[in-house]
Amino acid sequence: MSESTIDEATAPSAESGEGIRAAAWRVAGAVADPEIPVLTIADLGVLRDVRVVGSGIEVDITPTYCGCPAMSMITMEIELALEKAGFGRPKVNTVLSPAWTTDWMTDEGRAKLKDYGIAPPNKGSGRRALFGVEQVACPHCGATDTAVIADFGSTACKALWRCNACREPFDYFKCH
Amino acid sequence: MTSIRVTETPLVTTVLRRADDALVLGHRLSEWCGHAPMMEEEMALANMGLDLIGQARALYTCAGEAEAAGHDEDAFAYLRDERAYRNLLLVEQPNGDFAKTMVRQLLYAAFADPYWRAMMASRDATLAAIAAKAEKEMAYHLRHSAEWVVRLGDGTQESHERTARALAQLWPFTGELFETDDVERAMIDAGIAVDPATLRDTWRQTVSDVLSRATLKMPEDAYMQKGGRSGRHSEHLGHLLTELQYMQRTVPGATW
Repeated sequence: MSESTIDEATAPSAESGEGIRAAAWRVAGAVADPEIPVLTIADLGVLRDVRVVGSGIEVDITPTYCGCPAMSMITMEIELALEKAGFGRPKVNTVLSPAWTTDWMTDEGRAKLKDYGIAPPNKGSGRRALFGVEQVACPHCGATDTAVIADFGSTACKALWRCNACREPFDYFKCH
Repeated sequence: MTSIRVTETPLVTTVLRRADDALVLGHRLSEWCGHAPMMEEEMALANMGLDLIGQARALYTCAGEAEAAGHDEDAFAYLRDERAYRNLLLVEQPNGDFAKTMVRQLLYAAFADPYWRAMMASRDATLAAIAAKAEKEMAYHLRHSAEWVVRLGDGTQESHERTARALAQLWPFTGELFETDDVERAMIDAGIAVDPATLRDTWRQTVSDVLSRATLKMPEDAYMQKGGRSGRHSEHLGHLLTELQYMQRTVPGATW
């Protein structure tokens, strides 16, 4: 969350409804994913809508995985960030439809993930064959000679891969 | 705490059946925590359990909204007795060894994957949205369990025998996957639920493909066990619920 965002938001009453909404969107959108802190919920595509309702702010988020334990943490972080920025009575709704997909991740988010050492999800979350093989480029050296070690990694959204060129293991953000 | 009484409409029952499948299988997978044969499987089993418990939470919330009696996800999970559970007998079967857990996962995922894919067209927007998440998760469960069944079946003599034994033990519980009754028929006719019987061919195709790669013989369909959908369970569910519900039954309303 940048300083300018806080400054703009500390005097929401002086702004138009659209201005307040945009400021609240910036504050909410800047909340980081607790498990992948380089990504914000705006980068992930988890933040769906921000509305000014009366004197409060309502935020819609959409869950990534059904059982993702980060969602309740994200909800709390959004409420906290909005309150800190001077928005009263923030309310966060979880919206299931339409269902989140990794295709909603922004290009900026994909670039941040790669810099962080996590291979971003392949675009087009189309169905793969039961025993299909995916091509994932190594986020460290860029080589495509890579192999999966484990389909289920340290969090629900990641798989563990290894690069055969630079020999480094890496996380792959799975298509969803 | 005393158990809740659920007012079962066709919609509530249909949703509870799927929610109970997911919770009970998710709980079974969670029993592997700290016991998996290797670190990667520890993570995989926990991740798959988490997916299923997440699906259960969303489905219980959906059932609670449909019932409109103030029951939330926790009330459905913690405050119903064995006879009020509507899950398949397959998912409550004990973990056994790793082969049995993987065969059970394969038999369920080979059904749940196409089931949720078809449910994406449900006229109920919430169910369609849950289905869109669940079908992707189940595709991963299917692939993971299929790979293990192939590796174990086509592995050593010991792993082959154990996988074959697991398959023989679990097969009689697969008939129930495709069962339909009048309660569910109403939801199918309304375009809210999918007729599980229409998925039998897809399921057989997937399972037979995996088993042939695993050098395992597809069992013959003989007598099939059933009863879970109407609350008549095997002896194993009560024990599972005793552990799952212990805290809320002992210290009602406990939170932390």
